[in-house]
Amino acid sequence: MSARSAILGALALAALALLTFVPRLGNPYYLALAISLLQYTVLATAWGMFSGPTRYVSLATTAFFGVGAYTVAVLGEVLPWPLVLLIAAALGAILAALVGLSTLRLSGVYFVIFTFGLTELIRQLVVWFEVNKSRVLGRYVFVDITQSDIYWQLLLLTVAVFLLGWLIARSRLGFALRVIGEDETVAKHCGIDTTFAKVALFAISATIMTLVGAIMAPRWTYIEPSIAFNSMISFQVLIMALLGGAHRLWGPVLGAVPLTLLFELLSARFPNTFTIILGCIFLLIVYLLPRGVAGLFEKLPAKLRGENIKRVAA
Amino acid sequence: MTNAILTGLMLGGMYALIAMGLTLQYGVARIMNLSYGEFLIAAAFASHWLFTGWAISPFVGLALVVPLAFALNFAIYKVLLTPLVRRAPNRDALEVDSILATFGLTFVIQGSMLAMFGGAYYSYSYLAFPVQFVGETVAANRLAALGITIVVGLVLYLALTRTRAGTAIRAVAVDPFAAQLVAINVPQASALTFALGGALVAAAGVLVSTFLTFSASSGVVFTMKALIVVVMGGVGNMLGCLVAGLALGLSEALVASYVDPGLTLAVNFALFLAVLLVKPAGLFGRATR
Repeated sequence: MSARSAILGALALAALALLTFVPRLGNPYYLALAISLLQYTVLATAWGMFSGPTRYVSLATTAFFGVGAYTVAVLGEVLPWPLVLLIAAALGAILAALVGLSTLRLSGVYFVIFTFGLTELIRQLVVWFEVNKSRVLGRYVFVDITQSDIYWQLLLLTVAVFLLGWLIARSRLGFALRVIGEDETVAKHCGIDTTFAKVALFAISATIMTLVGAIMAPRWTYIEPSIAFNSMISFQVLIMALLGGAHRLWGPVLGAVPLTLLFELLSARFPNTFTIILGCIFLLIVYLLPRGVAGLFEKLPAKLRGENIKRVAA
Repeated sequence: MTNAILTGLMLGGMYALIAMGLTLQYGVARIMNLSYGEFLIAAAFASHWLFTGWAISPFVGLALVVPLAFALNFAIYKVLLTPLVRRAPNRDALEVDSILATFGLTFVIQGSMLAMFGGAYYSYSYLAFPVQFVGETVAANRLAALGITIVVGLVLYLALTRTRAGTAIRAVAVDPFAAQLVAINVPQASALTFALGGALVAAAGVLVSTFLTFSASSGVVFTMKALIVVVMGGVGNMLGCLVAGLALGLSEALVASYVDPGLTLAVNFALFLAVLLVKPAGLFGRATR
């Protein structure tokens, strides 16, 4: 273990220790803010886990998030909570596997197009089902889950995501994905089952997003398709992951934390022009920081970064 | 049955018109434009404003909106997209960058329209009287839009295949590097084609606004349909665009009248996937990628 990864690990532990104190502050505003922070950190990191190494831009974060939230809306009162989470995760994984199997075998553009429309497709299907079959549009979520319960679950999920990402980066799967990201033809010639690797990671990342949706659902007491499938989430997560730099596991956090705080401020101050500001920020990032904040760190002289920079995987 | 098919054909003609601009932008200028539908809605709002505020007929409005859209899209390509084209080492990188940039642009345009017009649905009544057509009653504005679509499509097809500039555009679509060897100014041709695509989508927006209700946030659906038609028909292929558009419109109309109107988008996606799984290059595309 190099000095650099020891520092990173110590930083992560310190952050974790700090985060466990938030619910004890007893201030509901800070708790809500911390929940938003964790929510976007997990979503952006999960996005980066798939899209970072493979460079396939997924615009379907909302679709999975919404599936999770809606699962809770339908099953939350009927089944015990862990079972609901399990079902939500399974639904997300199945959906991702279906989407992945049908589009990830093809060129990346088709994947983008499909994920672009996936949210709208699922939203329409849910509306259609609710109107024609169950005859309710909009459901109340009455489950016995407090804000601090949500917080602890999200914190647990955050830790799990980083552990998982770290493990994947060191596994054969993670190595295969990096090869695919560099050159897919070469990867195929090395005997990598590229479709399997891509679909597997897409499913893992989507399952995490679905879980976030399910965990966040009790925050709203009323859920309808336009709330659960709000395309702003896809957009915000994309901005955060790109600002941070999706090619590193710790990159998206660097984008998620400042941007969550900024969006919190902006949406309160400029509710009407929020979307425009968001679009402009996004364009600035695409033009000025194509490799994100993590890319800036890589540009620092080698001396500042420690010796074996090329070896650091996470 | 005849009614469903006729509705489908008119819908399909509209989809073909909407997608023609995108197939140019993506096929020639290599810009995967996710903000495409927003330009359509912007043109629809412009037409609405001209008609209700100044009593200018949409068909006269075309003469104002289309050149404006051409100039605007030319400027967007020059200012926003040229840096990305210069920066991209290869085609895939340009695709990713253009997807990201135009995705951001989507929110800028959509946000501006929301701030100006709010979230309400808009429509106006123009040529909304019934006419008899092959034994069925259809609305005159839809029929007029179909007529203009056919004329625009034909003119575009002839311009691309019969003129010198059109041949140059097709050469860029086939190979932007080799096109430079035969003295084609590729950046200029790309910019002009991108602007032409923008002009086409503005025309589509004006025509669509005569018979559809629209809101500031309905651009995404049009982008989606245009993308599906372009990929199904084969990127950069006008004939494929027409056939795929008609197929999409027909399937939608048949499903809406015989199964359930709420499932049309699902049918779009099913058709899209079916074509991709059988023939990934599209119905009329060459299998080069």
